[in-house]
Amino acid sequence: MELRKMYVAELSRLMKQNDKIFVLDADLSSAGGTKPLYQEFPDRCVDCGVAEANMTCIAAGLSASGFVPFIHSFAPFISRRVFDQIAVSISYSEQNVKIVAFDPGVTTTYNGGTHMCFEDMAMMRALSNIAVLDIVDGFQLVKALPYIVEHKGSMYIRIVRKQNDALFDDNYVFQFGKADKLCDGKDITIVASGTSLFDAKKATDMLAEKGISVDLLGIHTVKPLDEDAIVASATKTGKVLTVENHSIHGGLYSAVCETLSRKHPTLCDGIGVYDKVSQVGNLADLKADYHMSAEDIVAKALAMLGK
Amino acid sequence: MTYEKFATQIRREALRCMNSQGSGHVGGSLSIADVLAVLYTSHMKVDPQNPKMPDRDQLVLSKGHAGPALYATLALKGFFPMDWLDTLNKLGTKLPSHVNLNLTPGVDMTAGSLGQGLSCACGLALAQKAQGLDNYVYVITGDGELQEGQNWEGAMFAGAKKLDHVIVFVDNNKMQIDGYTNNVMPVENIAKKFEAFGFVTTCINGHDHEAINNAINWAKQDTTVAPHCIVLDTIKGKGVSFYEQLGPSNHSTTVTDEQLAKALAELQ
Repeated sequence: MELRKMYVAELSRLMKQNDKIFVLDADLSSAGGTKPLYQEFPDRCVDCGVAEANMTCIAAGLSASGFVPFIHSFAPFISRRVFDQIAVSISYSEQNVKIVAFDPGVTTTYNGGTHMCFEDMAMMRALSNIAVLDIVDGFQLVKALPYIVEHKGSMYIRIVRKQNDALFDDNYVFQFGKADKLCDGKDITIVASGTSLFDAKKATDMLAEKGISVDLLGIHTVKPLDEDAIVASATKTGKVLTVENHSIHGGLYSAVCETLSRKHPTLCDGIGVYDKVSQVGNLADLKADYHMSAEDIVAKALAMLGK
Repeated sequence: MTYEKFATQIRREALRCMNSQGSGHVGGSLSIADVLAVLYTSHMKVDPQNPKMPDRDQLVLSKGHAGPALYATLALKGFFPMDWLDTLNKLGTKLPSHVNLNLTPGVDMTAGSLGQGLSCACGLALAQKAQGLDNYVYVITGDGELQEGQNWEGAMFAGAKKLDHVIVFVDNNKMQIDGYTNNVMPVENIAKKFEAFGFVTTCINGHDHEAINNAINWAKQDTTVAPHCIVLDTIKGKGVSFYEQLGPSNHSTTVTDEQLAKALAELQ
């Protein structure tokens, strides 16, 4: 099932239980999938039109009154376009707003260029009072949603609307702030967030065929990061490679390096976007062009291992 | 207390507050003292002992730099001790020069990054509707602030959603930091602009207490299902001759002990 359908089904279930949840859109309720909620909960769904700044501050006002608003748009328009609104009316004001960012990084594909955002996690990580989630699939999102609603504090949540691929299943257990150990290995640590986990998993299998055992950590909570899991794995392997669908500046690579440099200095390299502007293309071509494919992960891991 | 006396007290205490750090946003604090006096005497349904009372009227001071005027008002109404006014902008204060809803009892929304207040007020108004409350959400914005485009997103939303319990005051003091608004970036006919977005508007003398009171009563009683906008024709620095004479330079200026003494002598 498409991720956006899973998202809305679970949000609908939660809205029936919790009359404080509000849904706000900026002319993307059809694209994002929330549109059915407008019939189901007409008093708690608001389409603000193409006015993201207004939507962001409306959410702050709702939150200040005890409601739990979910605001939605494409990643760049719900992060960099409204960064000051988030910084002042949500972060500084210590509000409880759930910021749902569609199609982060290269997953924007044909809307790339203007709609492609490699900077969002860097911006959000730099703000206080905002947790950052990079979601890998619909099951992870659905299992996270009850926690997202109950969590007292704002969150920035990256999701890929039309994703059908799943890494997990209905038995997945979401633990906020905890890494998922997906493979136990000893030669190198690979830490991947969001949909980059698919490529990291594939790379782990490819490396296994070459006799290299990977300690693979899946990260949904980029902030606060599961520092203990990172340090434990780095202590075991001595080499860490991060993989993220984001700029190499300020996202997962930065978060992991910040942790390791303080707690357990370790050689750390990163797969991500290196100072290149965004562009259009299909997903495979984009990943290849930004050197974010499973093959790129394998190559970098081998280089780190001197092989 | 009469409106006149209360407004004078607000001006005196706001200046004392800014004197505690030697300077502040004098002009825009003094220009809204009269609307604050009327609001907090006759209209704001609030409880100083229970500032977060759910069924209260709320005020968004979107021109958040005028914090000292609101702090003076709230202190005089008993929301917090008067001596807090001496702590403006000191580390750990509950009174930052730009208002913060988490720090100050009686402050309903953070503001200071201009242009966000009306949008936040729309959220407060939606929340009140969702809870079946019929309280009012008041917004004070400034003519200079209206240069921020987000105001018009907020106005479009309030008009489209017919948020009839939103009442916006525009402190039209016709000055901003870089000079006279008409020279820096004219905002033209403010009332017509709000009307175009679905507001019902009126323009009054922003220092005439009876006119302000009447306008608020009119906005509340008007049966048009729409938000209302009251454009206040004001003088930046109002009430203290030497601050009025400073012109746009009074936006952020000194309040020395000597200036305070002179001002207080005028504000009797």
